[in-house]
Amino acid sequence: MTQPDLRITIGGLVFKNPVLTASGTFGYGEEFAPYVNLHHLGGVVVKGISLAPRRGNPPPRIVETTGGMLNAIGLENVGLERFIAEKMPYLRGIGARIIVNILGDSLEDYQALGQRLSEVEGISALEVNISCPNVKKGGVAFGTDPAMAEAITRAVCAHSALPVIVKLSPNVTDIAQIARAVEAGGAQAVSLINTLLGMAIDVKSRRPRLANIVGGLSGPAIKPIALRMVWQVAQAVNIPVIGIGGITTTEDALEFLLAGATAIEVGTANFVNPRASQEIAEGLARYLTDNKLSGISEVIGKLILP
Amino acid sequence: MNQYEEQAEIVRQNQLAPEVFRLTLKAPEIASSARPGQFVMVRTTPGYDPLLRRPLSIHQTIGNEQLQLLYKVVGKGTQILSALAPGQKLNLIGPLGHGFDLAGKQAICLVGGGMGIAPLYFLAKEILRTTSPPKCIVLLGARTAAELGPLPRDFMDIGVTETHLATDDGSLGHHGFVAELLQQRLDPIQRWTVCTCGPQPMMKAVVGQCRKQGWECQVSLETMMACGISACLGCAIPRADLSGPYLHVCKDGPVFKAEEVAWP
Repeated sequence: MTQPDLRITIGGLVFKNPVLTASGTFGYGEEFAPYVNLHHLGGVVVKGISLAPRRGNPPPRIVETTGGMLNAIGLENVGLERFIAEKMPYLRGIGARIIVNILGDSLEDYQALGQRLSEVEGISALEVNISCPNVKKGGVAFGTDPAMAEAITRAVCAHSALPVIVKLSPNVTDIAQIARAVEAGGAQAVSLINTLLGMAIDVKSRRPRLANIVGGLSGPAIKPIALRMVWQVAQAVNIPVIGIGGITTTEDALEFLLAGATAIEVGTANFVNPRASQEIAEGLARYLTDNKLSGISEVIGKLILP
Repeated sequence: MNQYEEQAEIVRQNQLAPEVFRLTLKAPEIASSARPGQFVMVRTTPGYDPLLRRPLSIHQTIGNEQLQLLYKVVGKGTQILSALAPGQKLNLIGPLGHGFDLAGKQAICLVGGGMGIAPLYFLAKEILRTTSPPKCIVLLGARTAAELGPLPRDFMDIGVTETHLATDDGSLGHHGFVAELLQQRLDPIQRWTVCTCGPQPMMKAVVGQCRKQGWECQVSLETMMACGISACLGCAIPRADLSGPYLHVCKDGPVFKAEEVAWP
């Protein structure tokens, strides 16, 4: 029997399957090597990188909620040059596409990141974080304003030879409007959703459970919201949509694909089941075989409406 | 990296005190490579509530195949654990983090408070096995005698010759804090290495004593943690000088030199 065809194309790049790992939940790949055959994945989106190293927020940084978790890591990362020197050599050998998530405080930061990473061998694409809710300056303004989102996208595209994926914030009134703006700015794809802004309070101490007071909600609890947004955005733009948000099982992934996502990213599930991404990739292949479908294209966007 | 995901089979579940349990699991890959002070991430349910794994330090390994976890029921996750019966399976990843450093240590004192006693038992066994002649004093503290349960006896049974106890209510041993026993029981002339695990205020008191005496001190820390494998970066703690990058308990610890970390 022939193997089902799981290949998808984003920004002119062919991915062996539609399963990627979400930024900030998969380290720099190596952390998961004891558990996952990394070459079985479509791609790895690495922890968000800024020009200079970032210390991140003070602890406590995470709290568990019903079916989810809040985080306020604060974009802690090793910085651009250490990432290139220390993390890329390993990543080049894993046999999956490498997507580098980038974040900055200014238009110039994004331009510089895009430019420098274009010179680095082994990187397939950039995912531009304009949506992380945790850092007071930066992220929020770019991701919630269509004109700023478009400007950042345009700046990265102009300075980088790599395909640009823009990661969208759900903390907006109309996510489809932002998606159209970044499409106009030249994005080759959008990924969504980033975390939803949330909060938790310890009633004994009457204090917020996160030092940052608020944080980003992720995990199975956010899946219906993410799915709805992916469905809306898929109809609003003509570029591929990458679905993210609470994807934990093969069935979750299929829902996003049916809603119009070309690929998906597995996030918080990696913490719960470090093998989740690989199991979902295997599960998709099984689904195609069981349903006698020749390729994943027979699933993508094939939602049947009432 | 010797880390494994294992579907461990429950061999025994013993209740030691009203809310304290000792779980024996068959997990050969983890058991055969674990070092004292390392931990495992336990998935308490195959479902998603509670969502995250729970970090638990390894209480001891038995032979090359089994390991034990000592835990207190404090919430939903540990409640589920306490209901597990022999033959059932529990998904673990581990062994994780860095353990205690015994290299070249002559006189070692272990100071455990409450569930912090868990990793010290594994450590005591290792000290007795590897140092000769072993010089190991164990100081154990808990709120009540009932909470200590059989633990003091366990240390004596493996050959620890000197074990001193403290309880908050005075129901067993010294009526007061276990940290106070350091002063009472350790010969200040010796160059002690103190290894401690327990509630933060207790460890802070132990660290203070060690600093005063010029003794080396290793601390095993606990924080909220989502992944245990250095991906989530949720387990950040400040360095002693409060500057520079944060340390991460899962990867840089859970055992630290006391002087590496801040004691607010």
